[in-house]
Amino acid sequence: MKLKYLLPIAFIALFFSCSTDDDDNTTIVNEVEGLELIQTIVNGNETIELYNEKGLFETGYNMISLRIKDNTTDSYIEDATLSWMPMMQMPTMEHSSPKSTISKALGKDTVYEGFIIYQMTNTDGSGWSLTLNYNIDGTDYSVTETISVMQYENQNTATFMGSDGTNYILALIEPKDPSIAVNEMKVGLFKMENMMTFPVVEDYTIALDPRMPGMGNHTSPNNTDLTYNNADNFYYADLSLTMTGYWKLNLKLMNTNDDVLKGEDVTDENEASSLYLELEF
Amino acid sequence: MKTLITVILCLLLSSLGFAQDNNKETKKDTTKLEEVLVLSRRKLSNHRQEKTLSSIDDYLEKSNKVTMIKRGNYAWEPTINNMTSERLVVTIDGMQIFGACTDKMDPITSYVDVSNLEKVTIGSGQEGTENGHSIGGGIDLKLPSSKFNGSGFKSGLDLGYETNGNYKATGLDLEYTGNKFFISADGIYRKSDNYDAGGNEEILYSQFEKYNISLKTGYKFSETQSIDANVIYDKATDVGYPALPMDVSLAEALIASLTHYYKPEDKALKSLETKLYFNTITHIMDDTKRPVVAIRMDMPGWSDTYGFYSKAELMKNKHHFTLNLNGFYNKSLAEMTMFSNNPSEPDMFMYTWPDIRTLYSGIFIKDDFHFSTHETLASSIRLGYHNNKIAKEVGVQSLQIFHDTVDEQNNRFLVSLASTYQLKKENYNLSVGIGYGERAPSVSEGYGFFLFNSFDNYDYIGNPNLKDEKALEANFSFKQKFNDFEIGLESSYFHIMDYIIGEIAPDVSSMTIGANGVRVYTALDHASIFNTYVNSSYKLSERFAINGTVGYNYGKGNDGENLPLIKPFSYFAEFNYNTPKFNAALQLDGNGNQSNYSSKYGENETADYAILNLNLGNVFHNKLGKTVLKYGIENILDTKYSTYADWNNFPRQGRNFYVNLSFVFP
Repeated sequence: MKLKYLLPIAFIALFFSCSTDDDDNTTIVNEVEGLELIQTIVNGNETIELYNEKGLFETGYNMISLRIKDNTTDSYIEDATLSWMPMMQMPTMEHSSPKSTISKALGKDTVYEGFIIYQMTNTDGSGWSLTLNYNIDGTDYSVTETISVMQYENQNTATFMGSDGTNYILALIEPKDPSIAVNEMKVGLFKMENMMTFPVVEDYTIALDPRMPGMGNHTSPNNTDLTYNNADNFYYADLSLTMTGYWKLNLKLMNTNDDVLKGEDVTDENEASSLYLELEF
Repeated sequence: MKTLITVILCLLLSSLGFAQDNNKETKKDTTKLEEVLVLSRRKLSNHRQEKTLSSIDDYLEKSNKVTMIKRGNYAWEPTINNMTSERLVVTIDGMQIFGACTDKMDPITSYVDVSNLEKVTIGSGQEGTENGHSIGGGIDLKLPSSKFNGSGFKSGLDLGYETNGNYKATGLDLEYTGNKFFISADGIYRKSDNYDAGGNEEILYSQFEKYNISLKTGYKFSETQSIDANVIYDKATDVGYPALPMDVSLAEALIASLTHYYKPEDKALKSLETKLYFNTITHIMDDTKRPVVAIRMDMPGWSDTYGFYSKAELMKNKHHFTLNLNGFYNKSLAEMTMFSNNPSEPDMFMYTWPDIRTLYSGIFIKDDFHFSTHETLASSIRLGYHNNKIAKEVGVQSLQIFHDTVDEQNNRFLVSLASTYQLKKENYNLSVGIGYGERAPSVSEGYGFFLFNSFDNYDYIGNPNLKDEKALEANFSFKQKFNDFEIGLESSYFHIMDYIIGEIAPDVSSMTIGANGVRVYTALDHASIFNTYVNSSYKLSERFAINGTVGYNYGKGNDGENLPLIKPFSYFAEFNYNTPKFNAALQLDGNGNQSNYSSKYGENETADYAILNLNLGNVFHNKLGKTVLKYGIENILDTKYSTYADWNNFPRQGRNFYVNLSFVFP
């Protein structure tokens, strides 16, 4: 009697456990799921694929994922080392932009990632090129390709000269999807050492005063100033947003001696700081 | 505290046994509301109902303990014992219903009309907790009871006109009553243009238009059982609020109920009434009629409530028990969209009530112990479980901007206790009562987000971590009759603990353009509210009578600050002349100077005022039926005045001639 019930259950259990194993063996994990292809760059036997969430480069902070495909075996290379150099061609000079190194994406076999902060672009998206240097099995390769960088609708990055005579670049990274809440705000701060070198600025402070110009310069409570986190070299703050709409994030940059390098306090007379980022949701 | 609870519990338990107490007074006149019962035994004289077509608001205002807060000429907010909506429980025939406006522009009394109702029950303080927990008291707007008396077809028509504001009102009711079945329908339509304050000053945005229809039908299964169904639909459009920065383009309510009655004969159980109900409210604020605003906005709100109650009346020996088991589920959602003056900027949006769900279930037990011919001890208890839930995740997150901890759910266990001793003799009445009550914060107090209060010009933020507000209450009333002269004294005292009120949050920027700042709901440690009224009447002859009332109110927090909306010294005097076919009344109504105003909450000193009214009425009988004519002049002297309860001191109506004509066809 009991066996009559137990046996089918045992079989079903066996069947499902077997089929689960089969699934694991046959499914190919798509490591770029959720990402959109921006561009492919063909260089001899390799094709380099560039991805991000939107499928295009925009001014500001761009998190970029890369894969290198071996065109003969049609498989992705898992043990390459990469570096890159974005370049903006201006009429009289050329310059690069802040960027990270490229490393293997966490938990992935074929995907490498890093970020580039395009601080400007031409209205038609032209002007930028990207040089990729990579090494596979001890052989160096290099390729340079023109890329398009579109102008982002808001000011998500600011390039300015501080009162110390240094040029700085500030880029908004988070919140990507702001909500009516206390959002985590994350920015990157870099200085322009020369046309090609943009190191991270450490241990400065950036005062934060979010405002809604459309609402009589309404601000929100319980915001904190942006402070440097040496674990990932970015600046973090609490950003309270009390409603959806257009927010101007007024900022004031101070160095380690608390000297103001750029920006002013927002007061009744002074509606906005000269240093700000914008947010819309 | 514990001692008090024990005392009241003992009183309640010690009075076991059964008895009868039928001291409800019924008075009839030509008005639609046939009876007003005031549990505090305050008599709301019906002859003060001057107009057959007066609104519920006008009607309620005639009670001593009720004052209506006015933000315009429509949808006044009732207060009892100087306490507003959140401290009261206002129900329609036991049905819970909650306004959908975050700015209290739609007190639920605005969603019914006199034609829907039979009577209004007002309970002061803890005597008003039959339908829910309150601090200040309860108002129950009673729907007409089922009739199976076979009186056949009946109809009535009411017409009203008032000169000030070109106000027109029309009411029609039709009724068929059989022995096993009845059906009745009524409709009322009101429309008013802007009214003029004293001195012919037009008050802009004081217009309104509304209609209300209701349908009621019932079927009697047997001698002991019947069922009835009731639907009320109320719609107001184009309602102006001169005291507020916005008007209302739509306030719409659908109120439906199904009730089963069981009335066994010759049993201790006298009646068992069970009702299932549902109501839905849509409220849409509108600023399109205002030429100049800082920013255009949409502010819609919705409130849906589902509920039931089951109420039993038992009588045995000297006891009269009332048991009421009730429960409801409410969903309150309100949002605000602001349209930037800069067209390139996106619309700004927030939830002002982030979809708050309230689930309540509770039980009420009352015993009227008629222990001697003249003495009654009435004791009641209400126990309830109250749960709030923030259904929108963004609601939790947005409140977290202001509060460190915001729980998605909040449970409360609420207790209300009351006990009253009454002595009734031929020439004098005496009543002494004590009570203890608790209430949960309202949706706005707990979860409101940037609710602009134009009274003190602050934006208010709810606080989900508020404690229950608790009150200890004592009341006393006494009435002595000397032949034709009668004098009475009524008094209530409330000691309110964790009194919920908004406290300024310094350094927080207001959202509303031009507001002074932001207040977050918090609680005073305690506050005291006291009121006392002396009523007297003198019957000069069979037809001629004088009556008068003088009132004093007091309200202070433990910080020594006056509480807002406390009525100043008030008086009312009336000379009556009554015959069966004609009546006349000259009224003097006034308030003293509001010297104890609350500047902290945006009040200023409202000057004293006095107005004179003259009301006249005739009754004619003819072949077709009865005709009632009511006419008179309000504010005869065209005084320009405003009362402490007029939002932002906007002026009340100037001289007004009115006439109401009612036809009753049997």
